[in-house]
Amino acid sequence: MRAWPSVGHIRWGWFLLATAILLLLPLVTDTHTPSVLLIWALFALSLGMMWGYAGLLSFGHAAYFGLGAYTYAVAVINIGESTVPLILSMLVPAAVAAVVGAMMFYGRISDVYMGVITLLVTLILFKFMSATAGDAYVIGGARLGGFNGMPGFHTLNVPGYPEISLFGLPTYYVCAAALLICYLVCRWILARSFGRVLVGIRENEARCELMGYNVPAFKTAIFTVCAAMAGLAGCLFANWAEIVTPRVFSLGQAAEVLIWVIAGGLGTLIGPILGAISLGYVKLLLGEQTLIDNSLILGAVLIIVVLGIPRGVVPALQGLWAAAGRRARGRAGSGQGARRTLGASKPEHT
Amino acid sequence: MDYAGVVTLEILYMIAFLALTSAGLAIVFGMMRVINLAHGEFVMLGGYTSIACYNSGINIYFAMLLVAPVVVGLVGLIVEQSIIRFLYGRMIDTMLATWGLSLLLIGLVTLIFGNTAVSMPAPITGYQLGEYQMGGYNLFIILVTVALLIAMWAVLRFTRAGLIARGAMQGADVVSALGYDPRKVYMYTFSAGAALSGLAGGVLAPLTGLLPSSGGAYIAKAFITVITGGAAVISGTLSSAVILGTVNQLVSFASHPVIGEIAMLALAIILLRLMPTGITGRFFRDGT
Amino acid sequence: MSGVVETQELTMRFGGVTAVDAVNFSLRERELRCLIGPNGAGKSTFFKCITGQYALRPENGRVFIRGADVTGWNTHEIVRLGAGIKTQVPSLMNGLTVEENLWLSARRVHGWAGAGGAVEEITAELQLGEQLRRLVGELSHGERQMVEIGIVLVQRPWLVLLDEPAAGMTGNEVERLVGVIRHINQTASVIVVDHDMEFVRMLGSLVTVFHQGAILLEGPANSVLDDPAVREVYVGNRAA
Repeated sequence: MRAWPSVGHIRWGWFLLATAILLLLPLVTDTHTPSVLLIWALFALSLGMMWGYAGLLSFGHAAYFGLGAYTYAVAVINIGESTVPLILSMLVPAAVAAVVGAMMFYGRISDVYMGVITLLVTLILFKFMSATAGDAYVIGGARLGGFNGMPGFHTLNVPGYPEISLFGLPTYYVCAAALLICYLVCRWILARSFGRVLVGIRENEARCELMGYNVPAFKTAIFTVCAAMAGLAGCLFANWAEIVTPRVFSLGQAAEVLIWVIAGGLGTLIGPILGAISLGYVKLLLGEQTLIDNSLILGAVLIIVVLGIPRGVVPALQGLWAAAGRRARGRAGSGQGARRTLGASKPEHT
Repeated sequence: MDYAGVVTLEILYMIAFLALTSAGLAIVFGMMRVINLAHGEFVMLGGYTSIACYNSGINIYFAMLLVAPVVVGLVGLIVEQSIIRFLYGRMIDTMLATWGLSLLLIGLVTLIFGNTAVSMPAPITGYQLGEYQMGGYNLFIILVTVALLIAMWAVLRFTRAGLIARGAMQGADVVSALGYDPRKVYMYTFSAGAALSGLAGGVLAPLTGLLPSSGGAYIAKAFITVITGGAAVISGTLSSAVILGTVNQLVSFASHPVIGEIAMLALAIILLRLMPTGITGRFFRDGT
Repeated sequence: MSGVVETQELTMRFGGVTAVDAVNFSLRERELRCLIGPNGAGKSTFFKCITGQYALRPENGRVFIRGADVTGWNTHEIVRLGAGIKTQVPSLMNGLTVEENLWLSARRVHGWAGAGGAVEEITAELQLGEQLRRLVGELSHGERQMVEIGIVLVQRPWLVLLDEPAAGMTGNEVERLVGVIRHINQTASVIVVDHDMEFVRMLGSLVTVFHQGAILLEGPANSVLDDPAVREVYVGNRAA
């Protein structure tokens, strides 16, 4: 039988090419900027996986990114060695996501309210962390530092050898490895039945229930996995920036990752990655201090994409490619050719 | 005794604040099922408008209560025609586009006004309540809010425009059946909502220094108030403002303002979980 | 309590309206039953009650499926018991092909290995071969109904519940449907809710007539459909 449309297929050629490029990049350029681009790409991938394939739009995915960053910092200050903190930076966001997710999905709330609740979660974390200045707010030996955040913690080291710090070039390779591995994990999930059911849920949740699938369980599961990936990105970000501030939870951060995913391409894995890398690079070029231009451009990009290319650039290109091929016959009835919305493709309801 | 008076006033003020800043969003959500995430920026624009007018010598009340709503209402008109009207029925897409709009507006305002805070003085001075020094302007805000809610209710109940609006809440086909073009109705509704947001911003301008990013402080609370309140414009917004505002202030007084805010946000999550269509989504049917 | 489906005093009220009024219903193993009645008679509400589409509470009565008390169960829990449910409004994955829709349904019951085979079988039975690779969103209403029936049947349920399966179908499709339902009935118990008198006659099964929330009459299709009381209920008191 025909395989599911581009779900679960790894184009090994492209993958190896990408791996090679990542491997050799340090020969031509400094790795500081590429590292953060890869981190953002991983963050975007985690949202793109959940949104594009399961139809779960979280307005506050930054919550798990931030939780990963903070968990790492707090843990490494208390433990002194980085292996366990790295693992914790994935487990803690996953645990929180499992709770929040179960509450939302078993409660059968609609898409809109999911957007609201996820936004609230990141907002709560932002407000809370911003107010934790002062010596009273400590976890173990780690001061949370309020709005100014937590500076000066141990960065990643070789597992077991706290003295051998992985800074600079090794960090780059860690980030690259993380991205590649997570990408493979996502592809693996999509190739299995689990991934196909997710697509089914995105297409028509009620129908999946009628088939007998336990939809809330599936949604909670993917939500948790994607939170763990975002947490990993957050941990790496903490290492790159060498400081963790509440900005990781901010609405701005939440908006950015959404825009990367949409602009890059919803419904693909490579789209969010490319969106994050390109828009992230643009943001760095513009520089943090000219917030004006940054906001203006991001805002304009978001509006244009929503109005013009709702599925993002990559699928639009893929669509052009496919239209020239076999599927042109199936498209003639305008079923698939009609523009898909970014919200779930089932009829909107309030 | 005086302390009770202070607490009561603070609670009333918080309720008024929530209701005032949410009114515009509630109209747009209740009538059109549009969630405008740039709402905070409309409020911010109202603030900048009244400050700019005040600095040009225009009477302060005129600036706050008339110019600000009109200007932001016009902005709303432009936004509706250029962005919103293409996205009706696509709730999530509207949220995303308006989020983009909010970023755009922040960028524009920063470009024009720069990044330093601007402000204007409050026209009403403080007064004494026992041992406590109270801000008199807060009373003005409460009064404006009450007047606004009554005016909204009256318009919806007694005018032809209100009838059309209530029809629109049931659906676009009702509007057509009444003989009006739904698209025009939506255009005016969105502008009206924007105007109300501008009014809120204008009235609140004297309270703090205004920055291009100030909108962010309003959007979260307004958003929560409206969604928790449900689809009924006035009763929904009012009931959730009362519940959330009271909890916020009580917890703030008991511990710390930040804890109060967090308590309010958490309560909103709980309420949404228990009543997924908002407080008035289930209980009220006639739409007011 | 030897029935496949049994309800005890099943009641459902909406506001002041009693849509289903203390209905005691039972279906035997391998029986085929049609539920008919005019609009508002309560047959669709009854259907939704027994398929978990309404959250039942103790005051609504009890529903048993093969002896298990399923009152208050979710739809997907009832499906997992082995029931196949087709709702009134077709609910399909429009963005996927017919084959993908069928496969997803088959996968839940037959696993990865068995799904492909089950899909092939059902495709042959329902003659869906031509539409396999087409997107469901592009099919006609009748074709979509057939696909939905395929999705239900591919799980090989022992209880099949169909709400208005013939709606929107052409004459040919209806004939095919009748054949399919008779075929399933050899191994499963079936309840069909429908308006279409011709369709019900063609099925020729036992019929339960609903009227104002209660069961008016039960009997073989032909005699029930010709019964004057039933006629009156449908067309009002239009004595010649």
